[in-house]
Amino acid sequence: MNTTTDDYFNAFTMDPWWPIVFAKVLGLFILLVLIVLITIWAERRVVGRMQMRIGPNRVGPLGLLQSLMDGVKLAFKEEIFPTAADKFVYILAPILATIPAFLAWAVIPLGPMVWMFGYQTPLQLTDFPVSVLYIVAIASIGIYGIVLAGWSSGSTYALLGGLRSSAQMISYEVAMGLSFVAVFLYAGSASTSQIVAAQEKTWYIILLLPSFLIYVTAMVGETNRAPFDLPEAEGELVGGFHTEYSTLKFAVFFLAEYINLVTVSALATTLFLGGWRAPYPISLWAGANEGWWPLVWFLGKLCGFIFVFIWLRGTLPRLRYDQFMKFGWKFLMPVSLVWILIVGFARAMRNDYNWDLRQTVIVIAVPIIAILIVMYIIESIRERRADAAVAEEEEARTEFDPMAGGFPVPPMPGQSYTPTRRSKATVGVTALPVSTDAEIEEA
Amino acid sequence: MNAAIPILTLGGLAAFFALLSIITASIVGPRRYNRAKLDAYECGIEPTPQPIGGGKFPVKYYLTAMLFIVFDIEIVFLYPWAVSFDQLGMFGFIEMVSFIVTLLAVYAYVWRRGGLEWD
Repeated sequence: MNTTTDDYFNAFTMDPWWPIVFAKVLGLFILLVLIVLITIWAERRVVGRMQMRIGPNRVGPLGLLQSLMDGVKLAFKEEIFPTAADKFVYILAPILATIPAFLAWAVIPLGPMVWMFGYQTPLQLTDFPVSVLYIVAIASIGIYGIVLAGWSSGSTYALLGGLRSSAQMISYEVAMGLSFVAVFLYAGSASTSQIVAAQEKTWYIILLLPSFLIYVTAMVGETNRAPFDLPEAEGELVGGFHTEYSTLKFAVFFLAEYINLVTVSALATTLFLGGWRAPYPISLWAGANEGWWPLVWFLGKLCGFIFVFIWLRGTLPRLRYDQFMKFGWKFLMPVSLVWILIVGFARAMRNDYNWDLRQTVIVIAVPIIAILIVMYIIESIRERRADAAVAEEEEARTEFDPMAGGFPVPPMPGQSYTPTRRSKATVGVTALPVSTDAEIEEA
Repeated sequence: MNAAIPILTLGGLAAFFALLSIITASIVGPRRYNRAKLDAYECGIEPTPQPIGGGKFPVKYYLTAMLFIVFDIEIVFLYPWAVSFDQLGMFGFIEMVSFIVTLLAVYAYVWRRGGLEWD
């Protein structure tokens, strides 16, 4: 690590607690609560539009105060402790879910150096050389809140919901963690601000598109959002881990869930979309990346991700649990591992042998295409065999026994009635498609 | 000043907020309990009695947690390697390939034995 980055990390340790750190903490807290309130409102409005309804529009201008009033209403609701609940853990769980949700934001860079109360300070609460690892660790602690909430409620639905949530989150955390590796490899650092600094020329969404796609898929699974919202599959589990929660304890879970949504979006912005850097046409203006302006670009990118989350919820149906786990473990994981090897190979060749991009692409693409062709041929042979097996089965099935097992039964699709002596009229008439009277008469 | 102090401040504020919400709700909310309200919610039918210490759950969740630990540790090994990749050069790359391939063999074994199936 060179001196400039050391200086940068020192800038954080030089911040006086009063007023800088205090102001940053309070500002971040208020910003997060506001973003969550607006996200909940936006989700209800946008999903409303997508479903040809209006959505909440009564409380405040455009219904903007709806989510705040929902919170106030929840505060005045009756507090319930189920008979079977473990009271201490039952109260501890929402707190344990909320704290990590806020903490993850401590290292998200919202902007460059700014002037604040006469001090020059980075627009980021704190930073250290392993801050992305810190976010991953903190996000894992949030799972404790969920699994303990499910366990302590003493209810079958809550227990199953909690287990599903935790299994889902840890499964997708593997894919999520693997998608970061390529970013660290290119940035040469695991610190959020250094990664943003490394994207000065090109955003990593262009250089590392597969990593970005893996991350975006994994982040939807990680936050339990549609189409991966299986822990809250209403038809199966009522409300998932928070079935037994009421009043503000429920509201706090809700808050934590939405903060997590915003956190993964912020992380995607930081790692792949250049963080607070201005997008292309605006970045030509010299002042775009200075002062408080970057906060606007950052929040703009964040809103884009939040809209995608809402859009997904309005569009896609929920997956089945086994399909979901299969997708995470059997597709996302091997794909990200192979992708890491490809990126590492390209980078090592460039560093040690001065290979240009064209050589690397040829050396990597040719074997992959060859493997894909071989896999395609194997798959098509297998498919043909399966088709043949199905056809054989169909053949076998056309033998129709109208008195199978001693009961009169209707024919299966593809079977035809065998002629009986008494009804010559039905000879050769197949069950499906249904024959018209005219055809029967002709026969 | 230590880098942990801003984090502790934020965590303290978040904990204060969560505690305040929970305490407020328990003070201002009404209390009109009856037996049915305090039962576990099972869509209106009598709740299934739970054994002490929570009910049984499928062993698959346990297996998933074990697999997670294996692969999460792999990821933790990958991070420092990725950060100092440019210094390690080709040597580091080959070493990591052998590590990943070893783990892929484990992965293939688990897949083949049905450890990744969910039924």
